[in-house]
Amino acid sequence: MNFDFSEEQKALQSEVQRFLADRSDLSVARAVLDDASMSHAEAVWREMLELGWAGIAIPEQYGGVGLGYLELCVMAQELGRSLAPVPFSSTVYQFCEAVLRGGSEEQRGAVLAAVAAGETIGTLAFAEGVGFPAPGRIKLRCEQGRLHGEKWPVADAMIADAAVVLAINESNEPCLCLVDLAQDGVQRRALDSIDPTRNQGALVFEGAEAQLLGKAGDSAWAVFRAVLDAAAVLFAFEQVGGAEACLQSAIDFANERNAFGRPIASFQAIKHKLADVYVGNQLALSNAYYGAWALASGADELPLAAAVARVSATEAYENAAAENVQVHGGMGFTWEADCHLFLRRSRSLAVLIGDPGMWKKQITAEFERKVA
Amino acid sequence: MDFEDTPEEAEFRAEVKAWLAEQAAEYDLSNHGELSVDQQLALGRAFQARKADRGYAKVTWPRELGGMGGTPMQAVIYDQEEEKYDFPTVFFGISVGMPIPVMRRFATEEQQQRYLVPALRGEEIWCQLFSEPAAGSDLGGIRLRALRDGDDWVLNGQKIWTSWAHISDYGVIITRTDPSVPKHRGMTYFFVDMKAPGVEVRPIQQAAGGGEFCEVFFTDVRVPDSARLGEINGGWQVAIATLMEERFAVTEASGGGASLEDTVRFLRREFDDGESGLDDPIVRDKIAQWYVAESGINNFHARQLTGLSQGQLPGPEAALSKLVIARKLQAQSAYIMDTCGPAGAIYPDHPISRASDYRMAWLEAAGYRIAGGTDEILRNTIAERVLGLPGDVRVDKNIPFEQLG
Ligand SMILES: Cc1cc2nc3c(=O)[nH]c(=O)nc-3n(C[C@H](O)[C@H](O)[C@H](O)COP(=O)(O)OP(=O)(O)OC[C@H]3O[C@@H](n4cnc5c(N)ncnc54)[C@H](O)[C@@H]3O)c2cc1C
Repeated sequence: MNFDFSEEQKALQSEVQRFLADRSDLSVARAVLDDASMSHAEAVWREMLELGWAGIAIPEQYGGVGLGYLELCVMAQELGRSLAPVPFSSTVYQFCEAVLRGGSEEQRGAVLAAVAAGETIGTLAFAEGVGFPAPGRIKLRCEQGRLHGEKWPVADAMIADAAVVLAINESNEPCLCLVDLAQDGVQRRALDSIDPTRNQGALVFEGAEAQLLGKAGDSAWAVFRAVLDAAAVLFAFEQVGGAEACLQSAIDFANERNAFGRPIASFQAIKHKLADVYVGNQLALSNAYYGAWALASGADELPLAAAVARVSATEAYENAAAENVQVHGGMGFTWEADCHLFLRRSRSLAVLIGDPGMWKKQITAEFERKVA
Repeated sequence: MDFEDTPEEAEFRAEVKAWLAEQAAEYDLSNHGELSVDQQLALGRAFQARKADRGYAKVTWPRELGGMGGTPMQAVIYDQEEEKYDFPTVFFGISVGMPIPVMRRFATEEQQQRYLVPALRGEEIWCQLFSEPAAGSDLGGIRLRALRDGDDWVLNGQKIWTSWAHISDYGVIITRTDPSVPKHRGMTYFFVDMKAPGVEVRPIQQAAGGGEFCEVFFTDVRVPDSARLGEINGGWQVAIATLMEERFAVTEASGGGASLEDTVRFLRREFDDGESGLDDPIVRDKIAQWYVAESGINNFHARQLTGLSQGQLPGPEAALSKLVIARKLQAQSAYIMDTCGPAGAIYPDHPISRASDYRMAWLEAAGYRIAGGTDEILRNTIAERVLGLPGDVRVDKNIPFEQLG
């Protein structure tokens, strides 16, 4: 049995953790929260690019570092722990995944090399307002290589250079389109969200030029779902990292705060609450490992493992973030304390790539198929 | 990162699988009709002896003691494979799991010669006499007195909830030897002959109907000082060592209830109008929830086994398994009953296996949340020993036992 990350992967994780503790502690997320004109922590992002992080999992033939998903997983856990306000997830888990899984050799060559070189922030644009897209419910059209319609919300819409956009073609088939966002036919509109530490916006396409990524039809939808599965695993690690940070914050506060003549950490209601948070976090981490294994090994059960990782991590993070506020008492409900940063992030990640209910449906459908 | 055995582990697993497959025809309960408890016990003893011959009765122990000199990982592999069958091993779980390893650690060479092998072979069964009417979670509160009389000790008092006491030949016991000191300091640990004069065992019927635990009365029972394990008044250390023994018992994520696969098969049943029970979105949501919990436990175990495979023994975090599994078993079993409507509370007209029937599992789960550490005590363990939070306020600390209310 070797259900663990390797020594090298753990060393990478420590390195990333040290970097983030040094360059992107919570004051960085807070700065983005407090300053509406800041879309992300540009200086931190630039340093990450210089360290080659954007291309860490991009194959060497496309100019990347050529490490794998497991390395991305440990990085994701640290990014989640630090709340680093950077466009890493949209660029790496979503945009690059879509190009890798759906693009032609030529498209991969061009696009991934630009990401690896730190020249492109990318994103995946799939939502069209309230609800989650399904093949018959997409309105944005791609006609003769031009896009018409609107996508919102889109993560990092205001700062992305390129996007993979889910659309329908002339025959009403779903398709994925690669779009350069720096063109006249693209308008952007910033959106306020519950989690201002991550950028959100709307993308409005009025005849913007686009390239088809792969074929239209069922295969495009399958690529989109596969991208979501991969992203679900990576986001699960971010969520677990955030949940672990919440637990640590609650433990630290509970040990310091006194009430009724003793530390609140000695009250069983608090101890048992934190024990339950720990249990949720451990189950989520263990399920995230399962997702990591499926993703890295290309296992057929990725849709099941990814959904399990996602649901488990979403529940753990939301519970940990809410209980962290609770343990902090009135202080936990202030703007000044950091608790709400995690609370906000836990909820925004819970809906970003589909709500827990949607992923639970996927679990049952996949599991049912496995049971003869 | 993978779930694969190392080549050595795989080789051992293959050996175990082959051996177990050979035993199934004779010893697997599902290959027998309905057997009485006595018949099951006889079959279990025979199987236990075969295990010991093979070295599987205690994989990590040396060969001359009925083991095979294997690693902790090999012990887990054996358990994992054995669990796939329905062998009558339930009578020996505690015996071989806790009292016997403690005998090996604390008994004299001579005593070990006498007792270890017969226990591993299932010829003799051992029970664990810890809990008392006034001391369960708070084990330090035991009162059963042991008074020194020459070379002997004389025991008077009562134990309760002692699993399998009625079929046991020996037991390990903690007693109160000095009530004038604070509670954890005045206890002494012995092993006792359950057939000795003055020992009276009365089975207690459990809420789920079974009768596996007992109350045990001690009236002037003489125990030689040579049967003492550990120091006089040093019994607490031996008790802790006993409880630490099986920290990593392999437990199925199903908690011994119906597997999630079987649950899905059951819920998939068709109604007269052609709809399947699985069409209900609420049912589907529950299945997802249980799958997440079950997968979480299985993957948590896989992480722990990875540590074990590399020579690290699991820490107190292992407590989370039972906490999750027992509650899930209770909820899942209840929900299956829900989906049956009023009939959910009715037993079928054919005999049912206690373990896998959801009605029985639902009843048994209530006890599973208590036995071997209650949910609340397990949360305390996690909070204090894993998260480092302060211990509970102890109003009885440093007060002589005899002065406690
Ligand atoms: C099926 C079964 C088999 C058993 N087999 C054996 C056996 O072989 N040998 C043996 O010695 N014992 C055995 N036991 C006994 C078992 O170990 C005890 O029942 C258990 O430790 C609880 O003790 P108690 O029954 O005295 O309940 P109590 O300790 O009185 O607990 C009652 C309630 O109070 C709660 N509580 C107690 N202390 C605390 C605390 N500090 N913080 C929060 N809540 C607390 C408990 O969680 C529980 O909910 C068995 C029990 C069962 C159900």
